[in-house]
Amino acid sequence: MEPVVNIQGLHHAFGKGALAKPVLIDINLAIQPGEIVILTGPSGSGKTTLLSLMGGLRSAQQGSLNILGQELLGASKKQLVELRSRIGYIFQAHNLLDCLTAQENVRMALRLQPTLSYGDRTAQATAMLAAVGLGHRVNYRPDNLSGGQKQRVAIARALVTQPKLILADEPTAALDSQSGREVVQLMQRLAREQGCTILLVTHDNRILDIAHRIIHMEDGQLLRTGSPTAAVV
Amino acid sequence: MVFGKLPLPRREKPLAWSQLSHQRVRLLVALSGISFANILIFMQLGFRSAMFSGTTNVPASLDGDVFLIDETSQFLGNETFDKSQLYRAAAVPGVATARPFYYSTASWVNPDNRKTTSITVIAMNPAQPVMAVPAINDQLALVEQSDRMLFDTKSLPSLGGIAPAFIAGQDTPIEVQGRKMWVNGIFALGSNIFKRGHIVISDVNYLRLFGATQANQLHAGVIKLEPGANLQTVMAELERTLPEEISALSHAELIELEQSYWAKEPAGIIFDFGTIMGFVVGVVIVYQVLYSDVNDHLSEYATLKAIGYSDGQLLLVVFQEATILAVLGFMPGILCSLGLYSLLSNLTGVAVLMRLGVGLQVFSMTLVMGVLSAAIAVRKLRSADPADVF
Ligand SMILES: Nc1ncnc2c1ncn2[C@@H]1O[C@H](COP(=O)(O)OP(=O)(O)O)[C@@H](O)[C@H]1O
Ligand SMILES: [Mg+2]
Repeated sequence: MEPVVNIQGLHHAFGKGALAKPVLIDINLAIQPGEIVILTGPSGSGKTTLLSLMGGLRSAQQGSLNILGQELLGASKKQLVELRSRIGYIFQAHNLLDCLTAQENVRMALRLQPTLSYGDRTAQATAMLAAVGLGHRVNYRPDNLSGGQKQRVAIARALVTQPKLILADEPTAALDSQSGREVVQLMQRLAREQGCTILLVTHDNRILDIAHRIIHMEDGQLLRTGSPTAAVV
Repeated sequence: MVFGKLPLPRREKPLAWSQLSHQRVRLLVALSGISFANILIFMQLGFRSAMFSGTTNVPASLDGDVFLIDETSQFLGNETFDKSQLYRAAAVPGVATARPFYYSTASWVNPDNRKTTSITVIAMNPAQPVMAVPAINDQLALVEQSDRMLFDTKSLPSLGGIAPAFIAGQDTPIEVQGRKMWVNGIFALGSNIFKRGHIVISDVNYLRLFGATQANQLHAGVIKLEPGANLQTVMAELERTLPEEISALSHAELIELEQSYWAKEPAGIIFDFGTIMGFVVGVVIVYQVLYSDVNDHLSEYATLKAIGYSDGQLLLVVFQEATILAVLGFMPGILCSLGLYSLLSNLTGVAVLMRLGVGLQVFSMTLVMGVLSAAIAVRKLRSADPADVF
């Protein structure tokens, strides 16, 4: 099977010329369909930078990044925008739109699919919210939801389009351990049902057990880890 | 099924509306700002149209097909020509009648406070009406007696309480151009910023007021054509028959002459300037609102970019916000302006009307105002960087 993520010889630096500061150094990583991979590492080691490069949120500088069949090095703006709509993002902050209800926030992702009818979108958004346990909160605005509930809306938004790849950056950082655990289990269950691949950055040791593979990053480089199926390429 | 539901697909609620309606206070500020700019613009245009529509009152209510005026006249009543030319015009084939029209200014003493002002005098032969104003034509017999006149009830109050006194049956004389004259009837024509009011008198009384030399000089000759006569042919024939100093104008040309003269008034330019100021105020207000809206929601816009929205789709949101603000802000704007127009009409006696053309003009200005502000505000959208959302 084609890997969902295939990164080879990726380098990235911030700043230009003599001030250029290398942040990612010779990253090689392949992730197979259906894999749940956890990326850990100290703060400032380059995890977020790697995730934003993989998501097409930042332009790649050097090396090869193949995500869902799209080569990102030298990709056009249009190609990047198209790729983004095929990836589910879960951020550390929930990043919901304050002016929209839970259902409307979730349908923002569905509105990018012109083939869906209004009714289809309503059905899918409410079903997804029910799946994350918020069937009774579909018409609530973020202001009236707890932190855990907001993050679950964000997960619903990321998963409702059934993306093949989910990128999550410390999704439990703003949550207490109980709801953090719930949120991650939810992601795991939905990923299994939808057959999607997850790359999850976390510091939270209590959730490492959901991963098929754990990789560790330090000073911009990927290190081998002690996880059971560790397979750093 | 005639009354069945139309199979229209339900549309997504525009994000622009969600953003705007979520912040009620900001929306209210924006709408009041736009209404305020609208009112500013409407007032300027209202003053302007009151001023210039009033100026064509008399030329527009003349009842004729062709008008003879002195060639150098820049407006009706500006210059005169010799009365004898009217008889030559009457002999031109196709001309049914050629009637004299005098349009001059006389001094006027307000009988209530003895202050001297001026009034516009319309004079004609009572047997040859030249105006399409029934109230005047029906009462022309009343001005045949010496020193009698008809008074315009829409004249400015500064001329005195003439109409109420007449209706009350008082018969006090008024000093016009140094002569005592009496009001024998009233009519409604309307003043404007340049004319305080009108009286209608006979040609004979005109002679009494201004002397024989003046009475021999016409401000216009009002010509009616015989049925079936061709306007262009008769006008060409008049130009050929009459001396070069006399022009023959159609009714539309006469009104056009009047409009183009008053449009050059400095006051008109001041109103144009006021209109532009109102527009600028509007742009600044809408820009402020849109800018702070984009700025406050930068992380939301960055998130939308991250989940696959293109820059163009987000630009559209801001332009939609601008359009919604423009349309919603226009409504209270025009309503308040309607109220102020009628207030102004009552205060000045000058008819300030909301014309469809002016309404549409201000509406399109409001839309342009919104789009222009949005065009400046969207530059801020560029700083919504999807790489910042993780
Ligand atoms: N936009 C940026 N400009 C310059 N330096 C940056 C930028 N973003 C991150 N960095 C730097 O790159 C390094 C890696 O950051 P990051 O990828 O956020 O690490 P992590 O997510 O592992 O904490 C850090 O030293 C950080 O200061
Ligand atoms: Mg980070």
